[in-house]
Amino acid sequence: MNGIALSRRWLLAGAAALALWAGPVAAADTIKVGILHSLSGTMAISETTLKDVMLMLIEEQNKKGGLLGKKLEPVVVDPASNWPLFAEKARELIAKDKVAAVFGCWTSVSRKSVLPVFEELNGILFYPVQYEGEESSRNVFYTGAAPNQQAIPAVDYLMQQEKVERWVLAGTDYVYPRTTNKILEAYLKSKGVKPEDIMINYTPFGHSDWQTIVADIKKFGSAGKKTAVVSTINGDANVPFYKELANQGIKATDIPVVAFSVGEEELAGLDTGPLVGHLAAWNYFMSVDTPENKEFIEKWHAFIKNPKRVTNDPMEAHYIGFNMWVKAVEKAGTTDPDAVIDAMIGVAVPNLSGGYSAMMPNHHITKPVLIGEIQADGQFSIVWQTPGLVVGDEWSDYLEGSKDLIADWRAPMSCGNFNVKTGKCGGS
Amino acid sequence: MRLLLVLLALLAAIAAPPARAQDEAAAREALAVLAAGNLDAMEPAIGTIARSGVPWAEPVLRGLLDGRLLARQADRAVFLRTPEGAILEVASGAPAEVEARALRPIRINNRLRRTLEGALGSLTLASPDRTVRLAAAEKLFARPDPSALEPLEAALAREADPAVRAAFARARAAVLLDHGEPGARAEAATGLAESPSPAVLGKLQAARRALPADVDPATVAALDAAIARVETRLRLLEFAQTFFQGVSLGSVLLLAAIGLAVTFGVMGVINMAHGEMVMLGAYATWAVQQAFRAFLPGALDWSLLAAAPAAFLLAGAAGWAIERGVISRLYGRPLETLLATFGISLILQQAVRLGIGATNREVVTPSWMSGFVEPVPGLALTTNRIVIVLFAVAVFLLLLALVRATRLGLEIRAVTQNRRMAETMGIRTPRVDALTFALGSGIAGIGGVALSQIDNVSPNLGQSYIVDSFIVVVFGGVGNLWGTFLGALTLGVVNKLLEPVAGAVLGKILVLLALILFIQRRPQGLFALRGRAAEA
Repeated sequence: MNGIALSRRWLLAGAAALALWAGPVAAADTIKVGILHSLSGTMAISETTLKDVMLMLIEEQNKKGGLLGKKLEPVVVDPASNWPLFAEKARELIAKDKVAAVFGCWTSVSRKSVLPVFEELNGILFYPVQYEGEESSRNVFYTGAAPNQQAIPAVDYLMQQEKVERWVLAGTDYVYPRTTNKILEAYLKSKGVKPEDIMINYTPFGHSDWQTIVADIKKFGSAGKKTAVVSTINGDANVPFYKELANQGIKATDIPVVAFSVGEEELAGLDTGPLVGHLAAWNYFMSVDTPENKEFIEKWHAFIKNPKRVTNDPMEAHYIGFNMWVKAVEKAGTTDPDAVIDAMIGVAVPNLSGGYSAMMPNHHITKPVLIGEIQADGQFSIVWQTPGLVVGDEWSDYLEGSKDLIADWRAPMSCGNFNVKTGKCGGS
Repeated sequence: MRLLLVLLALLAAIAAPPARAQDEAAAREALAVLAAGNLDAMEPAIGTIARSGVPWAEPVLRGLLDGRLLARQADRAVFLRTPEGAILEVASGAPAEVEARALRPIRINNRLRRTLEGALGSLTLASPDRTVRLAAAEKLFARPDPSALEPLEAALAREADPAVRAAFARARAAVLLDHGEPGARAEAATGLAESPSPAVLGKLQAARRALPADVDPATVAALDAAIARVETRLRLLEFAQTFFQGVSLGSVLLLAAIGLAVTFGVMGVINMAHGEMVMLGAYATWAVQQAFRAFLPGALDWSLLAAAPAAFLLAGAAGWAIERGVISRLYGRPLETLLATFGISLILQQAVRLGIGATNREVVTPSWMSGFVEPVPGLALTTNRIVIVLFAVAVFLLLLALVRATRLGLEIRAVTQNRRMAETMGIRTPRVDALTFALGSGIAGIGGVALSQIDNVSPNLGQSYIVDSFIVVVFGGVGNLWGTFLGALTLGVVNKLLEPVAGAVLGKILVLLALILFIQRRPQGLFALRGRAAEA
């Protein structure tokens, strides 16, 4: 008897072990989440981190019991910083892997490249990076900042706090800086800045010889009026730019540079001693002092197993976007795209700077805007912040073609470019 | 005993600076405001401390500027950390018994930084340290403060050092230009025009705009003359500056391309992985610097010197392995070599990305390479660029000497000029091939050491230079080291001359177009290679 009882117990244990082991294999019982970030090529420097943060968020959600009683399963693909490949990989994720939502893209050109795919196959994309606006798609949720959530408050800060009168708009030569600078130029002129007090300069991707441009900025800034540089310089070109600024002895107290694409991650490759006081505008800084942020940083360090790794704004955007998606799926009770897209609007989740971010009908979110000064330790000290949350404005009020447009994805309007003057959906 | 104490107290009272009790109290109150950390309230508080005359005003304000003024969160007590790390009581300067972890540096912003620099400028004019006095004069020049005029004139009267005197005079002129009587303004303008710089021009133009309408015409004329004088001088200086920038860009191109001049130019191997050799050199610089940080922190400034041979060896070894492993099997098949080396370049990039990380690595610029020098007032040349120009020339001369004057150089020339003949003379050509390729790769690695100072140390570093390198070698003439040298410098200077006119993007396009036309007219490049190899 004894022997039989023992063997029965073993049998039970064996069955349980088998069941446990078989658990993750039962693929039908998972919800797939696509991660579309470059892990090789030029953009890998920024996007690899976002892939890691998504894996962390998914792992955490699974620890909490998954979603709708199912586990989440990340599907990671590498579009290799190659814009057409983004579209192919997006198609693969939606059509072949049948993912419920995709978190991905960094550059605007990659987003533009996947946009038709998401609209054709009715997928859902969460886009986590600050961008130039002038777009609202039913299938995309923009969790990064629109120009009015980053560029315009930054210029306001310089005008009011630093009393800046002359402006250098320096950017990399592609769609985001060009559109942002167009908006800023119109905005500055509406504030009474004269055309001769605005200098606009574009450089190619990865520009490394900044001698002439920095010398020009120095000259432009010594005309006796307070001057500032608004930088939409993107990616790798920033390091040599800041090095040249420091070497030519341009200090933040003389000509401050406010950047929209430089965060903690970019500063990690730099000796920030000579850059103290230069500014950046974001919706999140690692130095934000809230319990939510502290917990997030601790989790991140534990997940990545490196206590020196930094957190940055697009990571927070994914944090917000992922939690919004989870909430919307729970609200809809399904991962069906149409149901989730309708459920997303109005969802509010805590952000890391101590408030709540809500998804608006234009598929943009509400965020606070923070201005930080670079510190010697590579972190930002927050010197200013908007009193409340700012609603993302997809169609800029300062551009001719777009000031009459609005987006509202609620029925019955359901339109991404509704013209309030003509009362028609479909552009200017 | 008691008498002695009283005497001591009396002595202390006499020695104490003329700070009245109420000023001291106000300064202490202001200190508490600083600790509270409200940026708007801090500005008047700084002024209060600066004017109070308390002996600790200068160290406290300097500490605040440098981020060494600490506040205890619990009771807002303020302490000062010395640059060496000791924590002191503010008022007495005695070591404080506090827990360092409870203290946070008081944060400031740019506006406060400017206020502090202005306040410190007038406080430190009498410092015994020459560099402190110079810095104070610079600060006053940048931010003229009318209340500083009196201390400035007093300081000017007792100053013996000519350089500091000149700096004081400039600062005094700047103050007078903004705040003086019309006659004094005209005199100040004429004085300032002697040391032309963009900053001086800006000040003169601002002063000209600020002149009241009813001022006498002599002052206006003096200012206009000063502005015209400065403008002429600046145009000249600007040309010199552009030329230097061109030479500097040329030297960077030279460093990137000189290794390729050996592998592609001399050996004829189209090596698409050349950029990655540069990248490996930059990473070697980073690794050496990390090692110095860990074992020899005192000599961190000199780690670049150790990095140069390390980068040469690392990139050279990689080059040797590539030549032996892949390229030697593909001689005579240029297209396959091109594809294979392109593959190697991708493999190396991704290996670094996975092994070391996708993010940039920080290579610190040593202090002797930071900042700029002004050989003539108004002509600012950045030190790191000067060092790189000299370094590029040195590397070029070394390579030239190696090829011209050593046994290896002789064999290299022999093999490239006539392989069959060299073989019959007993030269082991496969060994020479491997060594030549290793040499070219190693020199590319040395180029990486210099590039780590001005560009990102990231896996993509090499990619941004590979096209430029090929352009330089083709333009200069394949197989000719002098051609590479002159080609790099010409391209650099032309690029920089075009950039202010056409902009960075269009400038680059124009240079490329001009090059295509040039190669059409002269396919062999600037310098043609003569001899048998040319016909082969």
